[in-house]
Amino acid sequence: MMSVGLPHYLTLAAILFTLGIFGIFLNRKNVIVILMSIELMLLAVNINFVAFSIHLGDLVGQVFALLILTVAAAEAAIGLAIIVVYYRNRGSIAVEDINMMKG
Amino acid sequence: MNEPVSPIVNYLLALPEICLVVGAMIMLMLGAFRGNRAADLICWLSIALLLFAAALVVVMPATGKVAFDGAFIMDRFAQFMKVLTLLGSAIAIFMSFEFMRHARLQKFEYPILIVLATAGMLMMISANDLIALYLGLELQSLALYVIAAFRTDSVRSSEAGLKYFVLGALSSGMLLYGCSLIYGFTGTTGFSGIAAAASPSVHNLGLIFGLVFLMAGLAFKISAVPFHMWTPDVYEGAPTPVTAFFATAPKIAAMAMFLRAVHVAFPDITHQWQQIVVFISIGSMVLGAFAAIGQNDIKRLMAYSSIGHMGFALVGLASGDQAGVQAVIVYLTIYLVMNVGVFACILSMRRSDGMVEEIDELAGLSHNSPIMAFLLAMLMFSLAGIPPLAGFFAKFYVFLAAINTGLYALAVIGVLSSVVGAYYYLRIIKIMYFDEPAEKFEPMPGALKGVLAISGLLVVFFFTYPAPLVAAANVAAKSLF
Repeated sequence: MMSVGLPHYLTLAAILFTLGIFGIFLNRKNVIVILMSIELMLLAVNINFVAFSIHLGDLVGQVFALLILTVAAAEAAIGLAIIVVYYRNRGSIAVEDINMMKG
Repeated sequence: MNEPVSPIVNYLLALPEICLVVGAMIMLMLGAFRGNRAADLICWLSIALLLFAAALVVVMPATGKVAFDGAFIMDRFAQFMKVLTLLGSAIAIFMSFEFMRHARLQKFEYPILIVLATAGMLMMISANDLIALYLGLELQSLALYVIAAFRTDSVRSSEAGLKYFVLGALSSGMLLYGCSLIYGFTGTTGFSGIAAAASPSVHNLGLIFGLVFLMAGLAFKISAVPFHMWTPDVYEGAPTPVTAFFATAPKIAAMAMFLRAVHVAFPDITHQWQQIVVFISIGSMVLGAFAAIGQNDIKRLMAYSSIGHMGFALVGLASGDQAGVQAVIVYLTIYLVMNVGVFACILSMRRSDGMVEEIDELAGLSHNSPIMAFLLAMLMFSLAGIPPLAGFFAKFYVFLAAINTGLYALAVIGVLSSVVGAYYYLRIIKIMYFDEPAEKFEPMPGALKGVLAISGLLVVFFFTYPAPLVAAANVAAKSLF
């Protein structure tokens, strides 16, 4: 039976991270989806950290992952607050409507 | 240099940051109980707090001691950059009173958010570990997202905040991905440990990958091409005092963090990151020069101007030696002085019916207020890099550093793009001096007058006595090597 090793975790994290980036750039619908993509990227990074931490036998990676979780929560809160303010002013949170400034 | 210290010294080394954060909490309580009536008071308290922290930084021994298990370092470089950042933040609050009063934006959260962002910047400057770097960066960024969207009744301001948030979070993600790879392939997050593991003899592809992602995240924070796309929109949409703040302190802190990250954590694989820096430097200089030509909004023009200036500062980083770092420090200092002066002018572009931001509104300023026009013209000449003004010396030092390390192509492209860039600075001077006078602006508030006068005088008379700045930059640069 094949065992799951570091390369598998790294591949999974890389795929999730790429999905997150594509989610931000290819999404034409809704800003909330962008928020979810950002979350996906940060969680992919966390998988990386925890996998490396186990592989190296070093706890710092897991400490880093915990700190990232905390900051990600704060980031999501601020992001949602800004989206609420934007929605009040513009009446829409569609990505294609975020176009007041150009050039 | 990196000997461990006793626990109490840990806190002593981080005293300026601790003061800022505790002060911010106290002011937050004051604001919560007194409401927005206390906004002016809290602004003055914040300025006092920032200046107090700057004084602390100056008197603190900056001997390269590390604290918190090597995560935090206080050396000459950190000392110099922290003082610059704190002054930049204090001036940004100082310039905001009049604007906030007219825009009915006198809220007590504004100076507190700037103080918190500044605490994050100080942490970024002192970060000697990837975790400290990330946490400082986020403390700064989260506060900046909020103040970009500070004008909650304006679509533009909230759009600026939203764009800044989405792209900022994307860049944090890339930076973190880079951090995770660097951690995985070196086994440590400390800069000294990374430096020991990153030797040129070992071919470590994962580490190089991580380095590239890390630099992408850092390049975003200094708005270097190709990660510049947020800058014009955020500068245009954010309230003008916030733009003035964005253009100064965060740029200096991010550049300081960039310098420390590549020089301290990757000193032996210079050739790996040098190529990337050369690429983003050329991109920023050229884009800053060409894209600003068609702009009519002065804040947008300043955004492209700052992209270009970051490109010039990166020339010094690209040379990868001590002279290069010294040149970057001199450049950032002069950049700070020039930018606060220009933004003092932009903040006083007010008619009886509100602020104006079109460049054409400056027409005939030489007729209406000759002194302001003269000082703004000097600042524009200086931004363009015309001798004998300060901006010329800033560019001179970075190009000299590049030539001394054999980066001739980079220096030539830099000089050419500064010639192209001169066009739009000179266009502003032409509009001020030779166009039909437009309606007069409201008289300039005293605070802005003071800032403009000091900045203009420093820029004009820098050449008579450049030695103190150059010597201080030299001492600061030495501590990175």
